[in-house]
Amino acid sequence: MTKTTETGATPADPARRDALRTLAGAGAAAAALPLWARYTHAQSAAPIRVGFQMHATGIGAAYGRWYDRTTQAAARLINETGGINGRPLEIVTEDDGTDPRRGAEVVEKFANQHRVDVAYGTLFSHVVIGSAPRAGELKLPYFVVSEGHHVASGMLNRWTLQPGITDVKSQVLAMAPFVAETLGKKVTMIFPDYAFGHDHRDFFSEAMAAQGGEVIAKIAIPPTETSFTRYFPRIPRETDVIYHVMVGPAVLTFVKEMGEFFGPSRPAIFGFIDSLEAVDLRSPGLEFLEGTYFWEGMPRYVQPGQTDYDRAYRAAIGLDENGASLADPRDVSAYAHMFGCWETLHVIKRGMEAAGYAGPQDRQKLVEAVEVMTEMPESHEHPQGRKLFNGRTHQVFGQQHVSKLENGRLDVVRTVPLEETFYPDEVDYTAQPF
Amino acid sequence: MEFGPHLMLAALEGAVTAAVLALMAAGLSLVFGVMRVVNVAHGEFYMLGAVLAFVVAGMAGGGAPGFVAALVAVPLIVAALAVAADRAVLRRLSYDPERTIVATIGILYILQQLALMGYGPDARPVAPPFNHRIALPWIDWGAGGPVLTWPWGLSITSYKLFVIGAAATVLAGLWLLMTRTRIGLVMRATQLDRETAQTFGIPVGRVYALVFGLGAGLAALAGVLIVPIQQAHYLMGGDALLLSFIVVIIGGLGSLPGTLIAAVLIGLSDGIISVFFSPTLAKIIATLLVALVLVFRPQGLMGKPAR
Repeated sequence: MTKTTETGATPADPARRDALRTLAGAGAAAAALPLWARYTHAQSAAPIRVGFQMHATGIGAAYGRWYDRTTQAAARLINETGGINGRPLEIVTEDDGTDPRRGAEVVEKFANQHRVDVAYGTLFSHVVIGSAPRAGELKLPYFVVSEGHHVASGMLNRWTLQPGITDVKSQVLAMAPFVAETLGKKVTMIFPDYAFGHDHRDFFSEAMAAQGGEVIAKIAIPPTETSFTRYFPRIPRETDVIYHVMVGPAVLTFVKEMGEFFGPSRPAIFGFIDSLEAVDLRSPGLEFLEGTYFWEGMPRYVQPGQTDYDRAYRAAIGLDENGASLADPRDVSAYAHMFGCWETLHVIKRGMEAAGYAGPQDRQKLVEAVEVMTEMPESHEHPQGRKLFNGRTHQVFGQQHVSKLENGRLDVVRTVPLEETFYPDEVDYTAQPF
Repeated sequence: MEFGPHLMLAALEGAVTAAVLALMAAGLSLVFGVMRVVNVAHGEFYMLGAVLAFVVAGMAGGGAPGFVAALVAVPLIVAALAVAADRAVLRRLSYDPERTIVATIGILYILQQLALMGYGPDARPVAPPFNHRIALPWIDWGAGGPVLTWPWGLSITSYKLFVIGAAATVLAGLWLLMTRTRIGLVMRATQLDRETAQTFGIPVGRVYALVFGLGAGLAALAGVLIVPIQQAHYLMGGDALLLSFIVVIIGGLGSLPGTLIAAVLIGLSDGIISVFFSPTLAKIIATLLVALVLVFRPQGLMGKPAR
């Protein structure tokens, strides 16, 4: 049933609409059956267990909460539409404290104690880098939703895949032309001083040089910093554009103090929404960002021409048109990233179905089944848009957005198609042994 | 940016850090001085101050009235909580120095996780009651004598100046309380010799509860003052606690003037060194200072040697 939607061409295709309607009907019918009846045709009715490594505490907790809500919503939907290979999907959640050492322990616990089928869901790059080697040793498929370049760079292993979210390198490649053409050639970068920030620094500098621009200053800020004014004097006066990508709880302070530093005479500003994920853009202090630009993986505010997929996805998680919780409009989601969880879970489902996955003995088959995936059309499984998966680098590619902040909301001003986000392969994981 | 204005900006930022740090460290120092309790949960009282400021300001309708309500109510709420913690936990351990450390570590985690459960993992702001950007002038020695210029980026906000002023006022008030009032006299007597104080009819138990509440209230006040500048977040107590310990050790445990001097020293050096070199170096130097003080002057800059 799901296959039908995934092979459809464009959202406007009427055959596809019909297929969707059928899908929804089947889902409703399946939901009406008692639980035991839905899975009777499977050889085993035991659930498929996905270990969810969640940043429930620590500096990633704001993301973790939304990764969790998205994961639960996707799992609910998958179960309502028949589960995976006729078996129910069960999410086993463990908190990693946004800490690499604990992350590795969680992976171990998944494999040895919870006996999960796959591990999934990690965001922060240092936790991924800390956990992936352990997943490789345990031969546990490890699906990360981290957007770091560490998967495609070849530093991890064959068991680690990123099929649901694009990586920093392709994101900055997509953004550099916009920055150089529209905002200015001389850029000062402000980024957190660890792997994720270094990815931005290195790849954006390269991409800017290719556009005839130049990064004239690189200001690294320790991830635990809480006060920023003292860094701003290092911004050279001739700066045309400030490029910021900050994460962690102090980002609001960062933006506020930047506003206070520049006063009325500021350069153009381009940021990654990572700086303000899960933050209400109408918060006091953010007025300063009016008229500045952001990268968004998926537009937080409903855009004209919203797809049915986006509408259904928001409804499934319980989000309004502003990307905030229906229950509390001040509870803003990590909208630009969390689609990665939704899409990754659906890739796991599709991979398990393609591999005829029956249990842990089929883990290698699952990885191989995902590796041969390529085209992932825009669909209920992929509400962010069409994706192209590169099995050699274990990395997915997709469209990127530039949005402008006006009147306290973000609106897309440019969408970069996925073809403009490619870069040459740096690794071939399929050549590595299991 | 030119060296002069840059230094001035760093010093101003350092002064804000120093002001908040002085308030927090004064509370920590007071608790240690009078009760001989090393309060590891002190940073969490600071965090609670910030988090409750968000809650109270929201309930009072936000804006300037919301902030004022938070400024008045939150330190009292946190102080009451601390008094309850003193009665429920510390008193039952007879204020044994080692066991109270373990107990306050427990209180630290309880408060932190309760904040995570109740308030959530987000960093949330409180609007300052007023906030004007004040561009600051700089004097350049041009060819024709001194010229007033307005360097790019050299500015402070009125709210940051208010934080410095408020901290100074509260600390002056605390000093008056300790040296000029009867309750201050009672506290100092308890600090000097608990048993003699008790013999003279001082209700030591109540003094302890009061001091623990006062210390927590000071930390909470620092939290309320900082929250319009830095957002309230459930993990914000950790760094603040570390810096407070550094200040208290350098200044001398239990000495208010020493705490103040050390807070200014650490705040300014943190501001200036991290601007011109790196924030890591600023932390290294602060830690090195602690080591040097512990080796060469264990009682701290202004502390009295143990008798």
